[in-house]
Amino acid sequence: MKTNLIFLIPLLPLLGALFNLFLGRVIWRVAAGRDPSRRVVHFVAVGTVVASFAVALSLLVGPLFELFWKWHQGGKSGLSEALTQSVYTWIEVGNLKLDLAFRMDTLSGVMVMVVTFVGSLIHLYSTGYMADEPRYAAYFGYLNLFTGAMLILVLGDNLPVMFIGWEGVGLCSYLLIGFWFENNQFAYAGRKAFVVNRIGDFAFLIGMFLLFQAVGGLDYETLRSDAAMAAYRSPLWGERLAFWAGLFLFIGACGKSAQIPLYVWLPDAMAGPTPVSALIHAATMVTAGVYMVARMSFLYASSTAAMAVVAGVGALTALFAAIMAFAQTDFKKVLAYSTVSQLGFMFVGVGVGAYVAGIFHLVTHAFFKAGLFLAAGSVMHAMSGSGDIVKMGGLKKWLPWTHKTFVAYWLAICGIIPFAGFFSKDEILAGAWSAEGQGWLVGYGELLWVVLTVAALGTAFYMSRLYCLVFEGECRADDETRSHIHESPWSMTVPLAILAVFSVGIGFIGLPHVGGLPNVLESWLSASIARPDFHSTYPSIAESLHLSAQNHLGEGGLLLFMAIALVMGIAGIGAAWKLYRKGPSKLVADKSASGFAARIYQVVYNKFYVDELYDRIVVAPFRWACQALFDVVDKFVIDLIFVNGSAFVVGVVGRVARWVQNGQVHRYLGLLVVGAGCIFYFTREPTIDFSYTVSGGRVTFQADIGAGPSAIMSKTTELRWDFNGDGDSNDPEEQRFRNKTEAQLPIADVGSQVTLWYTDPVFKSTAKTVKPVDKNSDRVGGEQ
Amino acid sequence: MASAWVLPTILGLPLIGAILVMLIPRSEAGLARGFGFGFSLATFCISLAILGYFDSEYGRFQLVVDKEWIPGLNAHFKVGVDGISLWLVILTTFTTPIAILSAYRAVDKHVREFIAAMLILEVGMLGAFVALDMFLFYIFWEVMLIPMYFLIGIWGGKRRIYASIKFVIYTMAGSLLMLVAIFYMYAKHGAITGEYTTDFVALQKNLVLSSEAQFWCFAAFGLAFAIKVPLFPLHTWLPDAHVEAPTAGSVILAGLLLKFGIYGFIRFAMPMFPAGSQAWAPLLAILAVVGIIYGAYVAFAQPDVKKLVAYSSVSHLGFCVLGVFAMTAMGIEGSIYAMLSHGLTTGGLFLAIGVLYERRHTRRLAEFGGLWKQMPVFAGIFLIITLGSAGLPGLSGFIGEFLTIFGTFVASDASIPVPRLLAALAATGVIFGAVYLLYMFQKMMFGPITHEANRTLKDLSGREIAVFLPIVAMVFFMGIYPRPFLKSMEPAVERFMTTYHTKLAQTRDQTYVPGVSPKQARAAESSNPGALVPRLQPAVAASAPAAVAPPADAQAAALQAVAKRATAPPVAVDQAPAPPVAVDQTAGPPVATKIDPQTRVAGVKGALR
Repeated sequence: MKTNLIFLIPLLPLLGALFNLFLGRVIWRVAAGRDPSRRVVHFVAVGTVVASFAVALSLLVGPLFELFWKWHQGGKSGLSEALTQSVYTWIEVGNLKLDLAFRMDTLSGVMVMVVTFVGSLIHLYSTGYMADEPRYAAYFGYLNLFTGAMLILVLGDNLPVMFIGWEGVGLCSYLLIGFWFENNQFAYAGRKAFVVNRIGDFAFLIGMFLLFQAVGGLDYETLRSDAAMAAYRSPLWGERLAFWAGLFLFIGACGKSAQIPLYVWLPDAMAGPTPVSALIHAATMVTAGVYMVARMSFLYASSTAAMAVVAGVGALTALFAAIMAFAQTDFKKVLAYSTVSQLGFMFVGVGVGAYVAGIFHLVTHAFFKAGLFLAAGSVMHAMSGSGDIVKMGGLKKWLPWTHKTFVAYWLAICGIIPFAGFFSKDEILAGAWSAEGQGWLVGYGELLWVVLTVAALGTAFYMSRLYCLVFEGECRADDETRSHIHESPWSMTVPLAILAVFSVGIGFIGLPHVGGLPNVLESWLSASIARPDFHSTYPSIAESLHLSAQNHLGEGGLLLFMAIALVMGIAGIGAAWKLYRKGPSKLVADKSASGFAARIYQVVYNKFYVDELYDRIVVAPFRWACQALFDVVDKFVIDLIFVNGSAFVVGVVGRVARWVQNGQVHRYLGLLVVGAGCIFYFTREPTIDFSYTVSGGRVTFQADIGAGPSAIMSKTTELRWDFNGDGDSNDPEEQRFRNKTEAQLPIADVGSQVTLWYTDPVFKSTAKTVKPVDKNSDRVGGEQ
Repeated sequence: MASAWVLPTILGLPLIGAILVMLIPRSEAGLARGFGFGFSLATFCISLAILGYFDSEYGRFQLVVDKEWIPGLNAHFKVGVDGISLWLVILTTFTTPIAILSAYRAVDKHVREFIAAMLILEVGMLGAFVALDMFLFYIFWEVMLIPMYFLIGIWGGKRRIYASIKFVIYTMAGSLLMLVAIFYMYAKHGAITGEYTTDFVALQKNLVLSSEAQFWCFAAFGLAFAIKVPLFPLHTWLPDAHVEAPTAGSVILAGLLLKFGIYGFIRFAMPMFPAGSQAWAPLLAILAVVGIIYGAYVAFAQPDVKKLVAYSSVSHLGFCVLGVFAMTAMGIEGSIYAMLSHGLTTGGLFLAIGVLYERRHTRRLAEFGGLWKQMPVFAGIFLIITLGSAGLPGLSGFIGEFLTIFGTFVASDASIPVPRLLAALAATGVIFGAVYLLYMFQKMMFGPITHEANRTLKDLSGREIAVFLPIVAMVFFMGIYPRPFLKSMEPAVERFMTTYHTKLAQTRDQTYVPGVSPKQARAAESSNPGALVPRLQPAVAASAPAAVAPPADAQAAALQAVAKRATAPPVAVDQAPAPPVAVDQTAGPPVATKIDPQTRVAGVKGALR
């Protein structure tokens, strides 16, 4: 259904950015002679995002819900219609036509709600958190710009428009990570994020090109048409096209969503202000990859191999990052690795075809992880900016609101019923176990399940460790810091409270299929993404994949899985409680101080030395190659040897010529003599040739004395002919024509071959030439 | 025609300006600056009239003026624009006043000569973009060189003499061979048609050289253009010229002069010598990709910002070359678009470096750091231009890069070898671009202030903001709404591709051995991709097919030989009059002849081996 309001959703925050970064300053400077006040800045910033949320909500509950309901009542066949708007044609070249078009369907609707709602809360929170920031307007400008770009990413109706948002959010991430750019390390972290993302974006571009070449369009309607679905299964480089296209797009997602091997930028990204970490590096931007895979569900569902890669990378990342989170001592670093790990969970969800579960976890994670970060901000705000959890402890008595809300987020991420994370994580686990597809390795789904269960146990452990170290036990901070601990202002606690409510409640939109409970989210999302009953969604790929957690497990199985997950969560909490309840216990301190465990601890603490490894194998060789290319190839080979070398040769020749041509006549004369001598010497060998003409019974011979000084200088020409072929020149006829260059005689007197001798008059050396004569008809011959 | 006045006016105005400026007393520097800026701005305003007269639906040359010029040579003063040159002309008139304005304070010796040189330079560039006569083009091409030589040599830095001589000799070396090729075409056209002319349109229409002649002519033109681009490994004059040139000179050099390389390929070398282009394309495409990556790598190693940006041009222009030789609409239009964007962003970067150089008299990265705090407005502008250069979607650089890589990716492997691999390698330039540009930005803008001298830096003045504002606005506009630009290019690019393929077909129909008609040859080739089938001389085949046709078994033997790819040595016949060309200059827009590049191309390559 065409509508003309969607463009407002991304436009409003972008206008806010325009105001705060540029227009506002110009207008205020001209009108009032100063910059806009903080009140104006945050009114515009928060206002535009809230307005965008309002527009999105009105579209969602109005026309979008209508479409959904029509589809729902109509037997859920195929996919539901979407709200679309084409603003203008962006690029049109040859057969490539890209509109700046937006699409709001049930999937992007969910994303838009998350982005604008969580975004609004974080904008509000920022007004308190960043109150003392001198570059207040710039901060909010970037934040608005980010929101706008993220909404373009989510709402874009074709891949290139998504790519605008995709790189746009990367830019804002760069600017906000390096917001306090006076610290070189922060600025470097921003650059690292951008460059690593660019590596992913490079692959994303290639994926797009492959799709366009196969399908002939890049908008989602074209990409999921029947013709496209057939093209996806065409072979390419030993696999299906869908595999390669999906793989390249997924590498892009690995960059944006911080998956192995491109996750390294996210922990460093914590250099940015904490609300930024909450919004960009937890709730929204980093989930873009998950959204993209769900958006392209039809593509991934066409290649089991691509799905296996997505799920495998997701599971590995989930486990690996969870382990790294064990040893971190910085509040935000723990949360960062936790985010990487949770994103891994989501990728397993979308990778095994449980798209709904993946998106569901994305939604719940957005709330509780944003909450965790905001709580971290609140704690650090209280602790004079320090995030070292070793120096915290017992904060629950100073920060009651932060503590209470934190408990909700913590239990949600640990997967304790009925908090939101429990439901979403459980659905992913169930989906992994029952995943099964054409060409899917036997036991692969089960293996994914085992890895994720271990990762979930780890999650519960490190989050509980974090909770204990921060809020339980005695305060380990110095007195100076302790005297300043205070609860945050309302602008920060209110968003915390709202997020806490959602962390408890949002799970109920995706209840498991037990006892006839409704899964609202599944019905809603099924209207726009591939789902277990592929037959009605994408008939053409029905045979390649059969996925349905619920169908395979049954109620009993689901309950068993939920119980296992719950036990894992409780076990993790229990272990951490035991070890860290009163600060790091003696056991932990001893083990991490020496022995084998300490060595492992060091490795984990240093994040498996992955950053150092990348420095060695990527960054350092790159720098070396740059310098070497410049010094050796550019400066030496090309410029010195070829360019200046050829100039040098010309110069040398010129200098020699200048020495020679110095205007002294005797030198010129001398050279003249030498030159003439050379000419004589090299042309001293005489040459001789003749031609003949046969005509009217007579043969005419014409001698041709070779060029050269001897021929020119001689007055007498010594020529001897042998016409009859007897080997000498003594016959009368031959005597007659001695020293004649031209000879004419009857054809009868001419033998089968003719010889001509020529003696050089100067050097007295003799040359001869022998030629057969063809006397048959009128002809000219003898030319060599 | 009512529109005929426009092109002569924009050519004449800067020329008159230059003459008038030289009449101003030496002491009146301010007046000279004002005159220069005024004339170049007026030229820009008038050049906008081209947009008004220009019909975007139309692929042919418009606003054409054709006057007799040198009767003895039959050279004409013939100028006109089409969708390919239109925006480059506007870019020229747009950039020149900005460059002059930027030099208000930087240039304080020989001001009126400087202004005159800039204006003459503008005349040369505009002339070369609009010239439709080969001889006229060559004259303008050389006219550009002289003022640039003085700009570097007089107002340049320490090694200015070295740099200016290197620049001139390098460029001259290329263009002399081009002159030889122009004369060759002139003579050939005269021999074939009896009419000696240097009219580009006539040459392109009537002159179908043998593939061997095309090979060498393309090489002669191509060398001149490749040096100008500059294509790796002919690029080393560029960093030297940039580093020594004054800011305004660098802006013109990077923003405009380099474009003539690409423009020359599209306008002259490729449509006139398609067979030569086919033969050289693989090498040029590979060099372009090498240049993209190499330029980025070497840029990263530079301690001097200006040199860094200079090497980034090598990288960026590589995209343009690659896009052109991909021979897809996306590639070519992307290439032109990338040129426009590069003119804006790289010109802008040089202006920004100039701003800093005026204040600090250094361009070493290590001397800066933390400037954002001191110069926030400058930093914001610098960031936008840097990101535009790095190809961020929504800014101008993205469209060109995206389209050239895209166009290369979907190119036929008859145009360039392994198009997808080349595109992927070129796309890594996107990564490296971010690496060196953000490195530069961080070193200059971020971090603490480490040099005391940087603490007192003043932010941009009103004049400086006026210099940057149009550039920043265009960087945004071209990124957000590229359609009008692309739309007006499209017909001309379509036409270019049609001409190219038509002429390619004619070239191959000329190469013959007795016994095989072009039709049979084409049929044999389509069943044997990659084989060259020699052709029967067209005139003979057409006039008396029955009488001249050799026995059937001879034909069969010839075709069989082809099937084994054992081709007889082809004989060129450019003595024979060329058959009428499908593309007519005077009739309406040509109907695009569908030519399958796959079958078209292979033969020519064979012919050249």
